[in-house]
Amino acid sequence: MPEPRNIPPFRDAEIRRRNFEEVNMGFDAETAKKEASRCLQCKNPMCRQGCPVGVNIPAFILKIKNGDFEGARDTITADNNLPSICGRVCPQETQCESRCVLGKKFGAVAIGALERFAGDYIVGGKPAVPAEKVGKSVAVIGSGPAGLSCAADLIKRGFDVTIFEAFHTTGGVLSYGIPEFRLPKRIVKAEIASLEKMGVKIVTNAVIGKSLTIAELKEDFDFIFLGTGAGLPGFMNIPGEGLPGVCSANEFLTRVNLMKAMNPDAATPVQRGKNVMVVGAGNVAMDAARTAMRLGADHVTIVYRRSRTEMPARKEEIEHAEEEGIELKLLTSPVEIIGNGKVEKVRLIRTELGEPDERGRRRPIDIPGSEFEVAADEVIMALGTSPNPVLTKSCPELKTGPRGIIAVDEDGRTSVPGVYAGGDAATGAATVILAMSAGKRAAKAIVADAGLN
Amino acid sequence: MFKILDKRQLAENVNEYVIEAPLAAKNAAPGQFVILRVDADGERVPFTIADYDRERGTVTILVQTVGATTYQLAQKNAGDSIADFVGPLGNPTDLSRFEKVLLVGGGIGGAVIHPQAKLLNSLGKAPDVVLGARTKELLLYMDEMRRYSSELFPMTDDGSYGGKGFVTDKVAELIKTRKYDAVLAVGPLPMMAAVCEVTRPSGLKTIVSMNSVMVDGTGMCGCCRVTVGGERKYACVDGPEFDGHLIDFAEARLRQGFYRDQEKEHYCRIRGEVK
Repeated sequence: MPEPRNIPPFRDAEIRRRNFEEVNMGFDAETAKKEASRCLQCKNPMCRQGCPVGVNIPAFILKIKNGDFEGARDTITADNNLPSICGRVCPQETQCESRCVLGKKFGAVAIGALERFAGDYIVGGKPAVPAEKVGKSVAVIGSGPAGLSCAADLIKRGFDVTIFEAFHTTGGVLSYGIPEFRLPKRIVKAEIASLEKMGVKIVTNAVIGKSLTIAELKEDFDFIFLGTGAGLPGFMNIPGEGLPGVCSANEFLTRVNLMKAMNPDAATPVQRGKNVMVVGAGNVAMDAARTAMRLGADHVTIVYRRSRTEMPARKEEIEHAEEEGIELKLLTSPVEIIGNGKVEKVRLIRTELGEPDERGRRRPIDIPGSEFEVAADEVIMALGTSPNPVLTKSCPELKTGPRGIIAVDEDGRTSVPGVYAGGDAATGAATVILAMSAGKRAAKAIVADAGLN
Repeated sequence: MFKILDKRQLAENVNEYVIEAPLAAKNAAPGQFVILRVDADGERVPFTIADYDRERGTVTILVQTVGATTYQLAQKNAGDSIADFVGPLGNPTDLSRFEKVLLVGGGIGGAVIHPQAKLLNSLGKAPDVVLGARTKELLLYMDEMRRYSSELFPMTDDGSYGGKGFVTDKVAELIKTRKYDAVLAVGPLPMMAAVCEVTRPSGLKTIVSMNSVMVDGTGMCGCCRVTVGGERKYACVDGPEFDGHLIDFAEARLRQGFYRDQEKEHYCRIRGEVK
């Protein structure tokens, strides 16, 4: 009978809620080997089908079991260039681990934790042998997960690859969005540095659509991949949202993660509310709430208009948030933000769940007369994001769908020949690993369209 | 890194920098702005493009020392470099449909109306220009504005040069006696709000450039949001220029002052005034 699943050590909730150190401390070598030996090495591994980029999971786990940690990393990077990142932020419970045959009965093999272990064994890995140049060039717009994976696959195939990034730092949501306590920035930096060692050129401070247009890029590059993400934050359009003290989760997290505002000496200020309300229930809401707690809040509340079952955040993140003392106010929705010069309180209304909507989630309905007010000195809106219109506005021939999502075929080709897109820019806000798989898919299409298959 | 090619002191605490930034210069246009970071630990701060030279690959900005970052910049000289410089951001000014424009610049707002004046002049539609400052020494870009304007009206609060009083006094007088298709006003929020009140009764089209607090400057955080005609707009991607008669200036002033205490504290710390 298989041993029970090994769980990596977590930092104590009482302590970690006030610092930015990584919560999950990861497996040590011995535990990793022990966990790896639980894998049954299935002939027809279902776990691999559950991985959006098809990592050869049994093969890398076998290498860990045998103590060949470097080999394990190499096996993963054949399909996934960012194992230290994916091992941390993928929702494994709905992907690879959900298909593991040990599954419900004994607990799935901890594939994510093992991938992270292998990735961390030599963060960034060894520089790959440069591929023979094919004499074709690609401009990758955006250095988030989609752009990074597309760039990695194409440099391996011998393309000249240049990544253009609007921010001063690469990584996209890995750098500005996901907090240090879930994804240490040294990991992100090291993984990107390994791409540079492979020959990927990076141009920061370049806003495509403003600094350079797609038309201008087409003069210098054979192919263009758009991995610009979905960074445009949504607001509720309720009264009082313009009050100081109300911000988007993107603003709050960018100030802390990218601009290091958690450090009191940082040049960039951030609000350190004592009584913080976060609106929304995705991973971004959890990140914002847990960050607010770490900045010294006395009380952090997450307000969500549906029930716990519908919360889109990972279960683990919700549990961690609750362990850290964050309150969930479910079936509740803000109707007005009130304050004299800045936020002082929020008027909320109770909701109940009605019929399922077109996406199958039960629709919240306000309960008349159930309004009440609670005090808050900071309100963070984590309501989801949509693609930024700056790029598409500058290129009218680029066809877009609802909410400005770039229209692509199943291989990532846009309506403009030679221009491809993937990740949140082409799907709306989704996950890191789906963005990475879209980047890989587009890379494959570019290789094919370059006549190199 | 982005090299400072020239630095010129225009007034006490006001410097003009010519920065080598070919990517920002390539498509720069009047009305747009850049965001810079002085060093690797710096904050991102927006500055309006005061001039640009696409062939030389330079962008010119005016910086008034008001806080930590602008103080750090003031310590930099020609030949030094800054860490990050990105642009052009925001939308270019659209004055193409107007024949006769009145440009109004308050303080270093004169920097913003400089490229507009230059452009209008090159189109054979030289504007009238009102430049305002507290005192004579703070009237910036006088030579340039003289060159590009049809007529220049300097105003000082203390009467040390030009007319005595606020720019609004001159604007009120001018719109009574002359015919304009539009007014473009740039300067501190109270000044822009006041100009809008002067032009509101006649319904004269008045455009203002919103200097909101920004982080990314590309539309991904909403920090710079302003309410325009009851709608939420992002100054960085929908603006920075908006119809001044539709702006909620009271909200804009609240939002602009939100981080003032934290900023002051940091400024004092980097100057060694607080341990």
